[in-house]
Amino acid sequence: MTEQNSTNLPATDTRKDGEIVISVRGLKNSFGDQIIHDGLDLDLRRGEILGVVGGSGTGKSVLMRSIIGLQTPDEGEIEVLGENMIGRDDVEAKNIRRRWGILFQNGALFSTLTVAENVEVPIREYFPFIKPPLLDEIASYKVAMSGLPADAGPKYPSELSGGMRKRAGLARALALDPELLFLDEPTAGLDPIGAAAFDELIENLKQRLDLTVFLITHDLDTLWAICDRVAVLSDQKVVAVGTIEELLALDHPWIQEYFNGPRGRAASAGLKKGQRGA
Amino acid sequence: MGDDPTRRDGQDGEDNVYRCVGALTITRAASTQREIDAVPDPLTIDLSEVERIDTVGAWLVHRAVRDRQAKVTGETEESRQLLEQVAEADRPVRVRPEQRAAPLRALEELGDWVADAGNTLIGLLGFLGATVISFAAVIARPRRFRMNAVVQRFDLVGVRALGIIGLMTFLIGIVIAQQGAVQLQQFGAEVYTINLIGRISVRELATLMTAIMVAGRSGSAFAAQIGTMKITEEIDAMRTIGVSPTEALVVPRMLAAVVMMPLLSFYAMVMSLLGGGIFVWVALGIPPMTYIQRLQEVVPITDLWVGLIKAPVFGFIIALAGCFQGMLVEGNSEEVGTRTTAAVVQSIFLVIVLDAVFAVFFSNVGWI
Repeated sequence: MTEQNSTNLPATDTRKDGEIVISVRGLKNSFGDQIIHDGLDLDLRRGEILGVVGGSGTGKSVLMRSIIGLQTPDEGEIEVLGENMIGRDDVEAKNIRRRWGILFQNGALFSTLTVAENVEVPIREYFPFIKPPLLDEIASYKVAMSGLPADAGPKYPSELSGGMRKRAGLARALALDPELLFLDEPTAGLDPIGAAAFDELIENLKQRLDLTVFLITHDLDTLWAICDRVAVLSDQKVVAVGTIEELLALDHPWIQEYFNGPRGRAASAGLKKGQRGA
Repeated sequence: MGDDPTRRDGQDGEDNVYRCVGALTITRAASTQREIDAVPDPLTIDLSEVERIDTVGAWLVHRAVRDRQAKVTGETEESRQLLEQVAEADRPVRVRPEQRAAPLRALEELGDWVADAGNTLIGLLGFLGATVISFAAVIARPRRFRMNAVVQRFDLVGVRALGIIGLMTFLIGIVIAQQGAVQLQQFGAEVYTINLIGRISVRELATLMTAIMVAGRSGSAFAAQIGTMKITEEIDAMRTIGVSPTEALVVPRMLAAVVMMPLLSFYAMVMSLLGGGIFVWVALGIPPMTYIQRLQEVVPITDLWVGLIKAPVFGFIIALAGCFQGMLVEGNSEEVGTRTTAAVVQSIFLVIVLDAVFAVFFSNVGWI
């Protein structure tokens, strides 16, 4: 991308709250005979953290992969940041790709690069004019911002713990100061303290950087602590979207079981005692 | 924004003020940095007309403040927060692991190499020991012998290699015959082509070629399979369940290589003789019956023993190098590739060194 193109990018005036940044309509996905989604609709509004929940195998990750273009759906329309995502070519898609950041479930860090070099990859790709000293500085402060210790930058992913790898993945996802952040089970496999810290980090980053977050999670604490709205995936579609209070008022067996089961009650009680962030 | 000619970034009236207009974001990081660097000290940065700022923009301002004691004016609450935030994250820059100066590094690398070579040798001995112990354990308690795994390896290492090894040695038989015939015809001694084909195929080339092919096909596969299993923690899972990885993975592969190598070598000898026979029949007019009779006269049975005794040793070396390198894989996926290459290079090298040793040995014991 050249410097001239930069003027085409949106400035403040397009960043209205309540604007729809992701819109999924009539999505259908299947693998062979197995239908994952059928007629799935979902909206993500600017400035919110949307939690996506659902039992194992309900296609949460497939939904994310469809939205970010890693999986071509059988049917349906997907719009991200006002652009239609289906059937577009790579050059056009590049403009959108530089406006989002994605944290994969296991970090998906490039194993032959150090953490800081991992962060530099997207920046180098889109902004080759940035000089190496500045690039290194940017990578270091991104690493620091994702809550990694100072000595983590020059380390290789294999030298990091699971929690640190998640943070490194987040640093890479934030490399281009994205508007939109996709997180696939960011707190899975973290200890409760680490998970709470991660929640707090995401909440902080969201407020400071004006992020919109699409968050897949199984972690009830995360849902209570940071999600503005929650979408429930079941029976091949999104059966309900709303705040947890709104969802609790619904008479859907899975939702009741999920939020009112022993773990759900513990998480809500914990939040009410003010033990967690937000 | 930047396309409006009346509102541009840059020095505004006074020489020392850098006024930023519109978006101060990563998209314009390179040019903004250049422009800030061009403004002389004492620098003042005016953010009053910034419409949008991201962390990279804030960082550019922050480093000017840090390195040049620049003054910042006209910042909004939002940009002030961002500036504070990036200032918090300011740490000494380290992107790559530290490296020493060149001469020291050369010494360090040499030292590392020596230590690595020593450790590899010790590791190999340890691995050999573990394999022997596993073999002993399997012999002591034959019920732990994994028949299915071994048969599967026999199939992969032996049966599936028949096609390519047969074709390769058949062609090599033809090449030996053709080259030999061309030279020997000059002396009118083309009938000695049969001696050449018989002795060189049976004694040397069939076994050696089979070993090289098995190293390329199976030695590499051993290293890659075991290496991938190490990365995906399958080997650790086996250990914790109580299954010995040496017993489950290494023993079947060793057995397969050691048992299949002599069989494949014998088959390779036959194919090579067949290739040579067809050539002499077609090109020199020597009928097959005469060819076979002459082979029986000129190729001593000891040549067959020489060829077949070497084969299991080569198989053992190939499986040892492959499995050992596979077990050494640690960390990232690139290492699987490196170790697989190392396994093939080492096994072929060792096979050829051993072949030379065998050649001298058998000549000295009188099997000429």
